Amino acid sequence: MSGDPVRSIRTPIALEYRYTPGLASSRFLRAVAEGRLIGQRCPVCRKVYIPTRGSCPTDGVPTEEEVELPDRGTVTTFCVVNVPFAGHAIEMPYVAASIQLDGADIAFQHLLQEIAADQVRIGMRVQAVWKPPDEWGPSLENIRHFRPLTEPS
Amino acid sequence: MNEVLSAPHRLEYPYRRSVGPVLGRFLGGLREGRIEGMRARDGRVLVPPQEYDPITAEPLDEWVAVGPGGVVVSWAWIAEPLLRHPLQRPFAWALVRLDGADTAMLHAVDGGDAGVMRTGMRVTVRWRPERVGDIHDIECFVPATG
Repeated sequence: MSGDPVRSIRTPIALEYRYTPGLASSRFLRAVAEGRLIGQRCPVCRKVYIPTRGSCPTDGVPTEEEVELPDRGTVTTFCVVNVPFAGHAIEMPYVAASIQLDGADIAFQHLLQEIAADQVRIGMRVQAVWKPPDEWGPSLENIRHFRPLTEPS
Repeated sequence: MNEVLSAPHRLEYPYRRSVGPVLGRFLGGLREGRIEGMRARDGRVLVPPQEYDPITAEPLDEWVAVGPGGVVVSWAWIAEPLLRHPLQRPFAWALVRLDGADTAMLHAVDGGDAGVMRTGMRVTVRWRPERVGDIHDIECFVPATG
């Protein structure tokens, strides 16, 4: 007879990529490395996209005009995450929010902290919390998270 | 300043899968340095073992000890191993039919040089010193005489 039967085995698989973000996103990421947020305006519909992709998905034309945007904006939607997964270090529950920067016409997703998950609301004003500049690189992770913004209304 | 950025990116899925009672016993045997196959209804010995007969679909439960020697049925030389390959030097993927078995099992053969490899060559198991109940408890097969 054998010893104790095995119940399960670990079968991780990994895909090794070399990622290149393209020309427009490279410009965006290089600006982020300097603490600046750069969008691009479509010459036809005048919408401002961030992060930049180099073209307008509606009009199919190159977006060449650059627009510097502030690091504050509005929550357009959000998700409260209660289920941890492997390799994740953030304390549960946390909030992933779609944030539309002032002057932008599209939202991007980022972490929303310094507020209880059940206090988050659509339309909430938020501001970026940056890492110390000596930790900056060409990544949106330079923004540690967003936090609620208190400003005169 | 206008050059395109580029960075390594690793996408990993940390799967764990349950193996069922038959492969579970097979892997438990490997941990103890033993390879067992399953006799099918037509008398053939299947290695790795199967839970059900591949022809009649009946449950199977007649275990048969096989190996540790065997014969290379087919092989492919890997001149440049990838990161996750079982050996980090040139080796062969091979279908090995263990002594006492009627089917062949895919594993690595540490032949050292492609010139050593040939269909029909004798090989034997090289066990991993510390075994956990996994197919990698067989580190690889190595050329054998006789």
